[in-house]
Amino acid sequence: MMAAAVHGVLLAAATATGHASAVDWGTFGVAAAIVLSGAIGVVIARNPVHGALMLVMTLFGIAVLFVLQRDDFLAAVQVIVYAGAIVVLFLFVIMFLGVDREENIAAEPLRGQRPLAVALVALGVTGLLLLGEVSKWATGAPSVAGSTDSSTSNVAQLGTSVYTTYLFPFEITSALLVIAVVGAVALARRPPMADLSRVPATDQQIAAAAGGDNGDSEGDDDRAAPDDAASGTGDTTAETEDAHQELTP
Amino acid sequence: MLHVTYLIILLPLVGFAVQVLFGRRLGDPLAGVVATLFVAASFVVSVGVFINLLSVHGSVRSFNQNLWTWIPVGGLQVHAGLYVDPLSMTMVLFVTGISALIHLYSIGYMKGDRDYPKFFLYMNLFVASMLILVLGNNLLVTYVGWEGVGTCSYLLVAFWFTRESAAAAGKKAFIYNRIGDAGFIAAVFLTFDKVGSVDYSTIFANIGKIGPGNVTAICLLLLVGVAAKSAQIPLFPWLADAMEGPTPVSALIHAATMVTAGVYLLCRINPLLHASPDAAWTVAIIGAATAFIAATIACAQDDIKKVLAYSTISQLGYMVLAIGSGAYEAAIFLMVAHAFFKGLLFLGAGSVIHGLHDEQDLKRMGNLRAYMPITFVTFGVGWLAIAGVPPLSGFWAKGDILENTWAAHPALWAVGITTALLTAYYMSRLTGMAFFGKDRWKNPVPMDADTDFPDSHHAEGPIPEPHESKWVMTLPLIVLAILAAVGGVMAFATPHLSLAHWVDPVFGGNLYNDHESTSTLWKLGTVDGVVAVMGVIIGLRLWVTRADRPKLEWSFLRHSWYINQLFDAVIGRPGTQLAEFSSTVVEDKVIDGAVNGTATLVRRTGTQLKRVQTGYVRNYALWIVVGVVILFGFMLTRAWWS
Amino acid sequence: MNSMTAATTAINGNISGQWYLALAAVLFAIGAFGLLIRRNVLVMFMCVELMLNAANLTFVTFANMLHDIGGQVLVFFVLVVAAAEVVVGLGIVVAIFRRRASATADDFHLMKG
Repeated sequence: MMAAAVHGVLLAAATATGHASAVDWGTFGVAAAIVLSGAIGVVIARNPVHGALMLVMTLFGIAVLFVLQRDDFLAAVQVIVYAGAIVVLFLFVIMFLGVDREENIAAEPLRGQRPLAVALVALGVTGLLLLGEVSKWATGAPSVAGSTDSSTSNVAQLGTSVYTTYLFPFEITSALLVIAVVGAVALARRPPMADLSRVPATDQQIAAAAGGDNGDSEGDDDRAAPDDAASGTGDTTAETEDAHQELTP
Repeated sequence: MLHVTYLIILLPLVGFAVQVLFGRRLGDPLAGVVATLFVAASFVVSVGVFINLLSVHGSVRSFNQNLWTWIPVGGLQVHAGLYVDPLSMTMVLFVTGISALIHLYSIGYMKGDRDYPKFFLYMNLFVASMLILVLGNNLLVTYVGWEGVGTCSYLLVAFWFTRESAAAAGKKAFIYNRIGDAGFIAAVFLTFDKVGSVDYSTIFANIGKIGPGNVTAICLLLLVGVAAKSAQIPLFPWLADAMEGPTPVSALIHAATMVTAGVYLLCRINPLLHASPDAAWTVAIIGAATAFIAATIACAQDDIKKVLAYSTISQLGYMVLAIGSGAYEAAIFLMVAHAFFKGLLFLGAGSVIHGLHDEQDLKRMGNLRAYMPITFVTFGVGWLAIAGVPPLSGFWAKGDILENTWAAHPALWAVGITTALLTAYYMSRLTGMAFFGKDRWKNPVPMDADTDFPDSHHAEGPIPEPHESKWVMTLPLIVLAILAAVGGVMAFATPHLSLAHWVDPVFGGNLYNDHESTSTLWKLGTVDGVVAVMGVIIGLRLWVTRADRPKLEWSFLRHSWYINQLFDAVIGRPGTQLAEFSSTVVEDKVIDGAVNGTATLVRRTGTQLKRVQTGYVRNYALWIVVGVVILFGFMLTRAWWS
Repeated sequence: MNSMTAATTAINGNISGQWYLALAAVLFAIGAFGLLIRRNVLVMFMCVELMLNAANLTFVTFANMLHDIGGQVLVFFVLVVAAAEVVVGLGIVVAIFRRRASATADDFHLMKG
C-alpha cells in the first residue's frame, strides 16, 4: 500500500513527460520480481502454510501492477478480497484439516508426469510469447464499455459500467455468492454420528460404504484395481470375522 | 360360352378353396366327391367352349381374352390372358376329362387314408395349374401354370412324406423341375430382350426381328424346361422316383397331364422351332435317344409302376421326336392316345396293387386274371394299345410318328422302330408276369432276397386272395379302355373331323407334310404291326412261364444306366463339398471371422484406449495442457503462414 | 493490429503492455506447472489461484491498452467468482478429507479405467 501511494505521487510528477520513466520501470521490475518469486515459492514450498504465505506475496505484487496500470480500485479489491479473504480461508482449512505436514516433493509416483510437465509448460509459455509477437490479436471495438480516459476516477468509471451495462451479470453474481455459501454449508456439514467412528482408508471400503448408503454397487472397479495395499488387511479382517462366526454355532 | 372360358380354370380353384376351408370337415368320402364334381363341372364347361369354338371360322380358329393386366411396368406389359385355340382346347378337354375320371377313381383308392381331404386339395390345385398352363396366352402365364404343376407334383409325390423314400422322391422331382424352370425363365428373358413382349402372338409376328442365333437359343433354353418337365434326357431320373406317390397321382400327373406340358409347350412355339432347324434337330435327337434308353430300362424293372414310368418316358420321347421332325399333329395324336392308355394302365396297376394289399413287385404277382377280371380286360386293352397292335389307338398314333420320322430323318426311324419292338416286349413281360402264370403271390419270396432295391414296395406278411376293386375304381378303367380302343378313329375319320384337320390351323405352314406315297405308308404300317405282334409274342413266351430270368435283366438296365450314380458323382458330391466348404471355411472363418474380428478389434482398441483414463487428476490436467499447447501450435502456424 | 504497436502506444506514458502480458504468461505457466507437479490438494488449489491472477493481469493490461473499461469489469467479476469457487472447492476438500483423511490428489483414483 505504501509503495502504491508513493508511486502514485511520483507518477503524477512524471506524467507530463509522456514516456516511461525510470520510476515506472523500477516499480514494474520490483513488482514483477515479487510476483514471480511468490509464484515459485507457492510451487516449491513443502509446507502448505508457507505456500499460502507466498501466495499472499504474489497477490500483493499483482496489486502493485494493477496500480501501475491506473486500476486502483481493483488493486484495493484484490488485496481485500484475495489476499484478505481467500488466502485466509485457505489457511483456515489447512490448519483445520491438519494437512500442514510436509509433502515429499522429490518423489513422483506418476510415471512421466514430471518431465512431461516441464516440457509442456515450457512449450506452452514459448508458444504464448511467440504468439504475442507474431499473431494479430483481435482488437475488438474500442471503448465498448466506456473509455478509460483519465478524466473521471477509476472507481466511478467502473461503477458506472457495472451498474448500467453489466447490471445483469452483477445480479447473477450475487445469486452465485448465495449459492456458494449454501453449497459450502451443505458440503462441510457434519455427517451422522455413526460414520464418525470408522475412518475408511481404502477405495474398496469407500465403495462398500457408498454402496451400502446409496444402494448401488461400485465394487466392480475396485476388484479390478489391485494397487491398494490396504485392501489385503481389509479382507483378512473380514475373514477372521467369518471364522469367528463359524466357531460359535 | 367362349367368354366364360375362365370358368374352366376357376372351378377347380374354387374346389381347392373349398377343400382348404372345409376339407377336414367334409372328410372321407365327401371331400373326394366334392372335388370330383368341381373337376367334372370344369369338363362340362370346356365341352361347351369347344362346341363354341367349332363355330368360329377363319384361318386361325382362336379366341384371345385378356382378363386383366397383370404386370404393367413400362415396356413390359403382361396380361393375365387366355388363348383358346384348337391346340389348347384339345389339351383342356383331355386334361379335364381324364382328371375327372381319376378323381372318381381316387375316391375309392384313397379311402381310409389319414390325409384324405388333403389329397383332393392338392389334386384340384394341380388341375387348376395345368389349365392355367395350357390356356395362357403369354409365356409368363404359362410359366405360372408350369411352376404350379411342379409344386403340386412335389406335394403329391411326397404325399406320404413320413416315408423317407417318398420325401426324397418329392425333393428330387422338384429340384429337377427347378432346373427346367431356370431354362424356361432364361428363355423368357431372352425373348423379352429381343422382342419386347412375352405374348405368343407378338413373338410369332416378330420372329424376323429376333435373329436366327437367338431363336435357336430360345428354343434350346425352352428345351431344357421341356426336358425337365417331360422327363427327357438328361433330366429324367425324377419320374421313376416319383412313383412313390399314390397311384392316381402317377396316373394323372406323370402319365397324362404334367409330363405332357412340355410337349404342349413345344407345340405352342412351333413357329420358333420352324425358324431354327438346328433346334428342331436337337429336339428330335433327344426325343429318339430318350425313347430308346427308357425302353431298355423298362425291360429290366421289377416294380410294376416303375415299368410304367419308364414306359411313359419312352412314349414322351416319341412325342418329342415327332415334334423335332415337324410332325406336330402326330405328336398331339400320340399325346391324347397316350393319355388314354397310359392313364388306363396306371389305374389298372393301382387296382392290382390295391387288390394285392400294396404289393408292387411283379415277381410276386401272377395269374391275376382269374381273380380280377375287369381289371384284366381293361388292362389288356391298354397293353395292346401301347404295344401298337392294330387297330387300337396306339398303332395309329405310333404309326403316324414313325412314318413322319421315316420321311424326315430315316436314321431316327430305325431307333423308333427298335423302340417299338422293345415297347411291345416289356409291356408283354409286365402283363405276363402280373396276370398270367402261376399264383406266385401265394408263396412270396423271402424279403431279404431282394437286396437290389431296398426301397421297393411290398405287402406286409402273406397276401390273402386278391379281390376285384369297387365300381368307383373300375368305372374309370372301363371308360378309358373304350377310349383307348376307339381313339384311333381320330386319325382318319372324315377329313373335317380328324384330329389333324382340327389342329391344323395352329401349325399352319410349319407342319411337316410328308408326302409319302400310299404304298410306302402301307409298307411302314405293316412293319409297325408286325413288330408289335412280334414283341407281344416274345414277351409272353418268355415271361408267362418263368418270372425269373437274370440273363435278360441286366443290372446296367435295372439301375437305369447308372445315371443316378453319374449325377451323384459329377454334381452331387462336388455340390456337397462346396456346401461343406462354404459352411466351414466361408461361414465360420471368413464371415464369422469378419464379424467377430470387428468386435475383437473394437474391444482391443477400447482396452488400449482405456489406459488413458488413469484416474489421476494430475494426468488429466496434463492432457489439458497438451491440448492447449496444440492449440497454440495451430494458431502459430496460422499466424506464420498467412 | 500487431500487439507491439498496440502496446507501444503509450499507456499514460508508462511501460508498454507487452511486458505485462509476458509477465502474465510466465505467471500462468508457473501456476500450471505447480498444478501438474504438486500432489497436495490445497497447494494445487493455490496454483489455480495463481493462474486466475495471471488472467486478471492480462485483462487489466488489455483494458489499458484498448482504453476499454470492460476488461476491468471482467476482473471484478472474476474476483467474485473466484471467491465463490474457493469457498465451494474448499468445502469439497473438507468433505473428502472427512471420508478419507487424505488430502493427496493421487489417493483418489476410483475413476480409473
